[in-house]
Amino acid sequence: MPPIPDGVPMSFYLGLSAILFVIGVAGFVFRRNIITVFMCIELMLNAVNLSFVTFANYHKQVSGHIFTFFVMVVAAAEAAVGLAIILTVFKNRTTLNIDEVDSLKN
Amino acid sequence: MQNLWIIPALPFVGFLINGIFGRKFSKTLINLVAVLSVVLSFAFVLKVYATAGDLAANPVREHYFTWIQSGVFNVGWDFSVDKLTMIMLTIVTGIGSLIHIYSTSYMAHEEGYYRFFAYLNLFMFFMLTLVLAGNYLLLFVGWEGVGLCSYLLIGFYFVKHSATTAGNKAFIVNRIGDFGFSLAMFLIAITFGSLDFTKVMPYAAGKPTATLTTIALLLLVGACGKSAQFPLYVWLPDAMEGPTPVSALIHAATMVTAGVYMITRSAPIFMHAPAAMETVATIGLFTAVFAATIGLTQYDIKKVFAYSTVSQLGYMFLGVGVGAFSAGVWHLMTHAFFKALLFLGAGSVIHACHGEQDMRHMGGLKKYAPWTCLVLACASLAISGFPFTSGFFSKDAILGAAYAYAPWMYWVGVVTAGMTAFYVWRAFWMTFWGDYKGHGHPHESDWVMLAPLVVLAILSIVGGFVFNVPQILSGMFPIKEATDTGGPGETVLTAISVAFGLGGIGLSYVMYVLSPAIPGKITSALGGVYTLVYNKYFVDEVYDAVIVHPLVQGSESVLWKTADAGLIDGIVNGAGTQSQGIGSILRLLQSGNIRSYATWVLVGAVALIVAMGIGMGGMR
Repeated sequence: MPPIPDGVPMSFYLGLSAILFVIGVAGFVFRRNIITVFMCIELMLNAVNLSFVTFANYHKQVSGHIFTFFVMVVAAAEAAVGLAIILTVFKNRTTLNIDEVDSLKN
Repeated sequence: MQNLWIIPALPFVGFLINGIFGRKFSKTLINLVAVLSVVLSFAFVLKVYATAGDLAANPVREHYFTWIQSGVFNVGWDFSVDKLTMIMLTIVTGIGSLIHIYSTSYMAHEEGYYRFFAYLNLFMFFMLTLVLAGNYLLLFVGWEGVGLCSYLLIGFYFVKHSATTAGNKAFIVNRIGDFGFSLAMFLIAITFGSLDFTKVMPYAAGKPTATLTTIALLLLVGACGKSAQFPLYVWLPDAMEGPTPVSALIHAATMVTAGVYMITRSAPIFMHAPAAMETVATIGLFTAVFAATIGLTQYDIKKVFAYSTVSQLGYMFLGVGVGAFSAGVWHLMTHAFFKALLFLGAGSVIHACHGEQDMRHMGGLKKYAPWTCLVLACASLAISGFPFTSGFFSKDAILGAAYAYAPWMYWVGVVTAGMTAFYVWRAFWMTFWGDYKGHGHPHESDWVMLAPLVVLAILSIVGGFVFNVPQILSGMFPIKEATDTGGPGETVLTAISVAFGLGGIGLSYVMYVLSPAIPGKITSALGGVYTLVYNKYFVDEVYDAVIVHPLVQGSESVLWKTADAGLIDGIVNGAGTQSQGIGSILRLLQSGNIRSYATWVLVGAVALIVAMGIGMGGMR
């Protein structure tokens, strides 16, 4: 595998990306606080962003960068909507425990 | 360009105006719209007649637009007028106008006044389309349309159960006939490649007899339905549930003669199918006798005239069947005069007796309703074939032609003529002679009702020799003379039929005026035969047992209970139940817990990646 120009091998970047992603998944699945869960989603998105830029740099193609910007824009919009939903949920239920928000059960 | 479309368009406009706005109109305004539209139509017919020139040499044909175009097959919205159409147009609009005028008084106190006139105008529209049509399909449009109006008007008093069932009966029985007519049209389209009269009639001679006979017999099925011939006549007597002007216009003068008109229109086809002609004549003759015998025993005044209509239509079929098409049309015309008059007169009588229709509760009306009595006497003379009345000429023409065709048909026809005279005059004596046996005080009708009656009475008396139809139509159909084939001369044949007619009148006078005890004795002497005839040969009951009941039972047990409730509902409900069952298991997945959903997403994503990895590996 050819090294990335500044000397850090590409596998380092991809490994970091994978680690961040797994942390995000684990947080998403195991944490109960909605805000934490939300932050974990952001973490996963950013992990993916990292691998995008890595590959873009490696292949010397700009599409990976563009995708990154798309993801960031969508993440920003999602954050706005998501936080609004969380606020409303808290207002109505006075809880942020995700296990108690299950009225669509069955 | 004669703008023939105006003729049916006028009543149609009347229908639209009265149908849409009539509810808010005053009765005067409704009358004005309804009557004026038909009278104007009549005037326009006369105008066409005056300006069209020699219709026999060059009939008027007008093409408005192409209706159906499929390859070489082409059906246009075409109207055409020749002499036959002209006669029909004059009858339909003329008698239609009179009956509209009559109805304004007769229906004055009925619910749904505007509805009645809207339907009546719609009927005029369809009937005029029927007779103006230049091809079979357009004729069929009118044919079905008049059937619809007939249904609507029979069931006019729709709160009465008997009226609605009578309407259904008329509609359903006519379906059988229309089925035959449709098949005939398919066969014509296949054989001739067109439905246009001008492209069918001239080429009938070159086609195989078997095909022509099939077409003719199928057309006859249609005609039997519409013109109430045996075995499809059963709807017409029941159709008397409708208001009396409807019985006069639709079920006596115009619509029921559509079958005769259609056969006459198809004359070239029939003339090249002798077997079909013989069938037409036989059915006509049989119906004439059959219905006349029933007419002898009925007590409801409208029922008597209804069976009389069936019988007279049988005469017309006999006429066209033996090849005397023009005589058939002649009788169609005179019958329109005197039968419309009989029905309208009966309406006047029913009005006089406050809605009573049973002749046993009438009598002595000559004192109370002298004008009605007088006009009905004219009509009764005409239908009996009294010398030089209208019925005399037309009936005589038919009987003469029947003699030339087969003498036995003449004799049966003459006996029927005797019976006709008897039952019509029996009704006359029972209604107008003797003492009044009904309730209330009978009264004469007003002049709005009487004026059309008087006009019709004059036509019934003089209509025969003023309008000599065979002469008018001689360019289309050769005149049949009984003397052509030898045998007794025309004078003798005429004398015999007149003698039978007068005999019928005389006999009825003896039995119902001079010694009223005789009918009772004859009735008890005949016993079972009388019961059979009085109950109309139990034909309705037989149809009910053989056709209606099995159909209803079969529909109920097989189609409803088995096929619909069992099979179709079973499949539908089964699908629903199964979905519920599967859903009740699947819904357990829907825990409402976001973290479990996330787990499922994760598992799914991993499974997808693994599957893709395996797939890619396999591809390498």
